[in-house]
Amino acid sequence: MENIPTYTAKDFATDQDVRWCPGCGDYSILKQMQSTIAEAVVNKKDIVFVSGIGCSSRFPYYMDTFGIHSIHGRATAMASGLKAARPDLSVWVITGDGDSLSIGGNHLIHLLRRNFDLNVLLFNNEIYGLTKGQYSPTSPKGQVTKSTPMGSLDHPFNPQTLALGADATFVARTMDRDPKHMREILAAGNAHKGTSLIEIYQNCNVFNDGAFGVYTDKATKADSTITINEGEPLIFGEDRNKGIRLNGMKPEVVSLDEYSMEDLWIHDSSDRMKATILSRMFDNNVLEGGLPRPFGVFYQEDRFRYEESMQEQLDKAVSLKGEGDLDALIQGTHTWEVG
Amino acid sequence: MTKTTEKKKDVTILFAGDSGDGMQLTGSLFTNTNAIYGNDISTFPNFPAEIRAPQGTVAGVSGFKLHFASVDIFTPGDDVEVLVAMNAAALKANLDQLKIGGTVIANTAGFDKKNLRLAKYDDESNPLLDHTLDKFRVIEIDVTKMTKEALINTGLGTKEIDRCKNMFVLGFLLWMYNRSMETTQKFITEKFAKNEVVKDANLTVLKAGYYFGDTNETFTSRYEVESAHLPKGSYRSIMGNQAAALGAIVGAKKAGLELFYGSYPITPASDILHELARHKNYGVKTFQAEDEIAAVCAAIGASYGGSLGVTASSGPGIALKGEAIGLAIMLEIPLLIINVQRGGPSTGLPTKTEQSDLMQAMYGRNGEAPLAIVSASSPSDCFDAMMEAVRITVEHMTPVIFLSDGFIANGSEPWSYPKAVDLPKITPRFADPEKSLDDGAYYPYRRNADLVREWAIPGMENLQHRVGGLEKENETGNVSYDPHNHELMVKIRQEKVDLIANDIPEQELAQGESQGKLLVLGWGSTYGAIRTAVREAMEEGHKVSQAHLRYISPFPKNLGDLLSGFDQVLIPEMNNGQLIHLINAKYGSGAIGLNKIQGMPFASREIKERILELV
Repeated sequence: MENIPTYTAKDFATDQDVRWCPGCGDYSILKQMQSTIAEAVVNKKDIVFVSGIGCSSRFPYYMDTFGIHSIHGRATAMASGLKAARPDLSVWVITGDGDSLSIGGNHLIHLLRRNFDLNVLLFNNEIYGLTKGQYSPTSPKGQVTKSTPMGSLDHPFNPQTLALGADATFVARTMDRDPKHMREILAAGNAHKGTSLIEIYQNCNVFNDGAFGVYTDKATKADSTITINEGEPLIFGEDRNKGIRLNGMKPEVVSLDEYSMEDLWIHDSSDRMKATILSRMFDNNVLEGGLPRPFGVFYQEDRFRYEESMQEQLDKAVSLKGEGDLDALIQGTHTWEVG
Repeated sequence: MTKTTEKKKDVTILFAGDSGDGMQLTGSLFTNTNAIYGNDISTFPNFPAEIRAPQGTVAGVSGFKLHFASVDIFTPGDDVEVLVAMNAAALKANLDQLKIGGTVIANTAGFDKKNLRLAKYDDESNPLLDHTLDKFRVIEIDVTKMTKEALINTGLGTKEIDRCKNMFVLGFLLWMYNRSMETTQKFITEKFAKNEVVKDANLTVLKAGYYFGDTNETFTSRYEVESAHLPKGSYRSIMGNQAAALGAIVGAKKAGLELFYGSYPITPASDILHELARHKNYGVKTFQAEDEIAAVCAAIGASYGGSLGVTASSGPGIALKGEAIGLAIMLEIPLLIINVQRGGPSTGLPTKTEQSDLMQAMYGRNGEAPLAIVSASSPSDCFDAMMEAVRITVEHMTPVIFLSDGFIANGSEPWSYPKAVDLPKITPRFADPEKSLDDGAYYPYRRNADLVREWAIPGMENLQHRVGGLEKENETGNVSYDPHNHELMVKIRQEKVDLIANDIPEQELAQGESQGKLLVLGWGSTYGAIRTAVREAMEEGHKVSQAHLRYISPFPKNLGDLLSGFDQVLIPEMNNGQLIHLINAKYGSGAIGLNKIQGMPFASREIKERILELV
């Protein structure tokens, strides 16, 4: 066994100045990532951060590991090739809502179905920050931005539902303002064998400040969010007196004054159907009386990893045909002599 | 009755039929027999873009051209001597290629009313009956009927019987050219080992065709093309895409690297993927990506991890890969990009050949984005050129574009193959965790005298560093917006590619004296046609020479000197003039272009005519 040094979060800081805007949610994510990776028992020489383009994609410059800041939308594709070639590495994709759901949407869904063993941190701020404020694929319909002075016409993507639709094997949501929860989710994603899609609500305080305020502000948070924990009933609210129960296929908010714990939905992250229903708890956050927005691990399954299957085929080919001989390859099956 | 045998120096046969008639297979099998007999050979398949275009129509005609000879040859032949036409459409599509006095072998069943109508022959005019074929020798055989009769009582259905009719034609041609059926019989026996009935049917029909020639009194003469005096050696037949795939595998092994191949299906490059996917026991990882961009990005990811990342496509796909290739240029890591060119622009002519992506290879990226370009000149040359492309990308830490085209990708020729042990070793410039640190710091963009940086891959202790597409600071590789640094880096990246000229052979002449009236300069698949044309002109006493480029970026160091030895330089290209721009821009030599943009290779005659005009 290789000796893995003991790290602290500081060991992962680089000499580069962090250049996100003051107050950006990215700072919190960087900090939680550095703490989580320090505890992950991986040698830093074996860690690679791969990013695309966007504010979030500056991330690799700030991690003292190997890193590629690639091109717009393609970090997922780049990481697929890297992981296929080097299954031994711990690979982390850093991407944003524009990078992974707009220009890189195709690669994201294919990464998820192939299930390489790597982690995707999707920083969702519902805006294009680096290009200074155009609406993104997750911006709510009607959002007024520089490119949509009369409100955006696009129906927004729901990243959790999209990931489940692409048969992702680990789907979770957390937020920049809840560091403890984020560390738990990052650690769970890292422990998962397969592609972990971790959506992180991240506040862009310059171009879309308060987009997630209803989930982060003290006054509203308790009633508008619900933390889902494995094997536990879905309870939320300021006084933890509200729960979610499934009425057939339909989730509904019930008062614990009227219903007992046994009536509530117990979270089971291995249930794909229920995960889909959870992901559909996506009511517009400004509406009152809707279902709370879930945070936690929605779904998790153990499914074959692409890079392992790829290696199995190579091993099988060797066992069937023997280790490749270059002369046999060059000659092929039909040869003749001249002279 | 006695049958005479007439000796011939070379023969060009074109097998043409419906795309479902098995003409590619028939041509390949006839080729294999002649190869083993010792002929020099050059082939060129020509098929429709549609998999099964409407039966019987001109659009659905699939052809396989074979030139075999007792002398050394370099092209699939200009004019066809024997045209096998399985139906009226096949005749119509190819008759203009048949030389006067040539032979048509026509399957009369393919000239019935329906087939004539589908081939759009005028009402009731049958080319077998009117004067269309007056200038040719016509052999009419009802192949369909003969095949049916040979297989009577076998219990096979009409469809299955119909599928055997190409074997009748093959058997007949084997007889006509005095060849044994052995190779073909062996092939059929192996191919249909699991299907006794089909195997027997094919063997029966093959023999029926052979004996039809032997016993039919109409055919009194047979032909013989004696074995060619090819250089001594061990030979096999090889197609360009196959040779490129083998070159990549062998190159990677010689460099001690794993081969990772990311690609998206596209004509005419897909066969490289098919070939590589068969060789997993050589440690080859093939990845069929979701699109062209993912394919190149996955290859870049693999290269970043220390594998040899390779991607392939044709022009449209290369266009999509452009941004990612630019990233690899910034990262300065190995990346091999194969472009099997086809007719363009846009979707263009997917199954036809062209050399129109040279400018795309040179300049088809944003910013100043130089890379190395290597081109292959014949099917077997794809192997050697690919080995060179691997060597340059690995040893010079730069993306390399390998240019092939549909003509050599699908064409085949005999290949005097090398022994693996004789092929040169390739040395990756890996960083060394023990030696690469300078006072505890790592400088990923420090360079050697060739301006090549080290390859520091994940897993190397203490060499963690960050790279990306943003402009790099010299030496540290940190992001830099400094104006002078940018200018410096742009110039370094160019000079790095320019310096490869010190590491490639000087340009040699393929034929002729080093000074004279005319140099014919080419690149890529025009090699054979130019070679034949120049040789003939030389034989007629003209002072003509030939040079053929493998290295296009950078050019060989002596190219300017070499060009200056000639009064005129003629550049034939299957495009509207691309190499000529590069040559005239760099050497100001006032070269003359000869351009063919018809989706078809040059006939050597076309080049020779221009040579004779100029000298």
